[in-house]
Amino acid sequence: MNRNAAPIRPKANGPLSRWSRPGVLIALALMAFYAVAPLWWLVVSVTKSRIELYNTSGMWFGAENHLLENFHQLFAYEHGLFFRWLGNSVLYAGVGSVVCMVISIMAGYSLSKFEFRGRGFQMGLIMFSFLIPTALLTLPLYLLFSGLHLTDTVWSVLIPSFVNAFDVYLAKEYIDGAVPDELLEAARIDGAGEIRIFRQIVLPLLPTPAATIFILTFVGQWNNFYLPITMLRGSDKWTLSLGLFSFMQTKQNTLFDPTTIALAGAVVSIIPLAVVMIAMQRYWRSGVALGSVKG
Amino acid sequence: MDIASDSGRAGIRENLTPRWKKRLGHKGMMFGIPFFALFLFSFIIPFFYALWESLYVRKSSGLGIGTAATHFAGLEQYLRVMKDGSFWAGMGRVAVFTCVVMPLIMIFALVEALLIDSAKARAKKAYRFLLLIPYMVPSIVSTLIWVYLYSPGIGPLRRMFLAIGLDVNFFSPQMLWVSMANLLIWMNVGFNMLILYGSLTSIDPVLYESAKVDGAGELRIAWSIKIPMVRGTLVLTCLLSMIGMLQLFDQPLLFRSASPETVTANFTPIMTIYNYTFTAGGDYNYAAALSVVLAIVIGVISAIVYGVSNRKER
Repeated sequence: MNRNAAPIRPKANGPLSRWSRPGVLIALALMAFYAVAPLWWLVVSVTKSRIELYNTSGMWFGAENHLLENFHQLFAYEHGLFFRWLGNSVLYAGVGSVVCMVISIMAGYSLSKFEFRGRGFQMGLIMFSFLIPTALLTLPLYLLFSGLHLTDTVWSVLIPSFVNAFDVYLAKEYIDGAVPDELLEAARIDGAGEIRIFRQIVLPLLPTPAATIFILTFVGQWNNFYLPITMLRGSDKWTLSLGLFSFMQTKQNTLFDPTTIALAGAVVSIIPLAVVMIAMQRYWRSGVALGSVKG
Repeated sequence: MDIASDSGRAGIRENLTPRWKKRLGHKGMMFGIPFFALFLFSFIIPFFYALWESLYVRKSSGLGIGTAATHFAGLEQYLRVMKDGSFWAGMGRVAVFTCVVMPLIMIFALVEALLIDSAKARAKKAYRFLLLIPYMVPSIVSTLIWVYLYSPGIGPLRRMFLAIGLDVNFFSPQMLWVSMANLLIWMNVGFNMLILYGSLTSIDPVLYESAKVDGAGELRIAWSIKIPMVRGTLVLTCLLSMIGMLQLFDQPLLFRSASPETVTANFTPIMTIYNYTFTAGGDYNYAAALSVVLAIVIGVISAIVYGVSNRKER
């Protein structure tokens, strides 16, 4: 942001600055080590057999590479149940965040650019909902959905993921600044319909908030645990998180040790989230900053 | 937060008839309908449903199985919540934990952000990426990794501490808090660093120039310029993480699978609610009352923190 201003800064010349430069780098390296070391352990461990896991140093590879064997075990578990979980997670997070993105932008546009009765009330509802923890809603949602026979279906996880008041707020704030009223007026004078204006004029101006909402919702859904564990019973509808949790649970009470499978599953469930985040980092970085400054 | 920022809009529409304006407003409202319909269905209705459920009590009459009758009980459930020692113990546990861990996360994130901000351009980019890696790991996976790292069987940490002569059981009642705090710090520092770094980069560098001319060192600049400038962001991110942490559920649940005797079924408020809903006989009415009380506590805390931070900024 102020990158162009950097060269103007005078060279550091206090008594402190002589050692502060390497000091900063060493401190950063230590912090980076703390951040990355657990994942290094995971990567190393996923190449080991069960016996090696217990008998070799955790931070370096064993004599043999059991990576393929471990993945084979994971994928063969209960006839490929893991793939179902992967598919479900992609479905819940992907569809959930696309729908959420579309309806949040529409609602944000409505609140930002139109005057109608009840607009202030709608805005107030959105603000009020920030104060209500999602945990309060999960239980009554469960009761409501079980009355409608929706529990243990994909809808029980998908429908709540469509609704995010903070995303609407984010979209409204962004549209306030990015979409000039004059543009809309001009289009109306030219006789364009409201839907056409929205699709052809407004939407092309909004890649940043759209990507931000998508990514924040995607991460939220991928990490979601309390809602799915409340709603879903059948293991064929579980998410990756629930599946991994079930691996952890079975450890105690059976002879079967799922540790190697759990580690392989953990590696696989990192990949989609990391890919989405790295691919879209340009957007969510600025979006996160936007959310924090405006929020 | 400006709800109505429509200065100037009126000027453009002066020449339009009121009827036309009203019709335009109605059309505009249509764009919000999908959201508000779903909001009604998955937010407003459940919200009132929880309040409603919490006013009833379900009692099985006599010996009959499945002949439980539900009747209106007023605030009886809430009186029960007030007297529920294990629920409030869980609340206190989480509150104390939050008060200790939150500042640690924020200080850690702030130090990271300041260090990155003072590094050279290339190092900046690389470290910002490396330090953000934990944020890209799904939360259940983070917990799983650390539970294994702590585990006496396959975890390297136990062995490392044994090598320096310390026998540490990470799941013992005393260490459990440290173990969980470390996990939450690891998970949350990156994201908070990103937000704080974002607001550090928006400070006008001219301020640093004049401070340097006046002979201020880098530490002095960080303390007297950078930190005061990001205080608003700091309070906000603090608030957001605090609300999240009061709803602690996934992490203790996984720790419970590693050490069920230390992490009890009612360890945190949400775990208590989950427990009453699914394992302790399905007492939905009581679970609803617990949810409402938890929401009130969180709502009040958020309102106070928000109010205090807003007043300070003015």
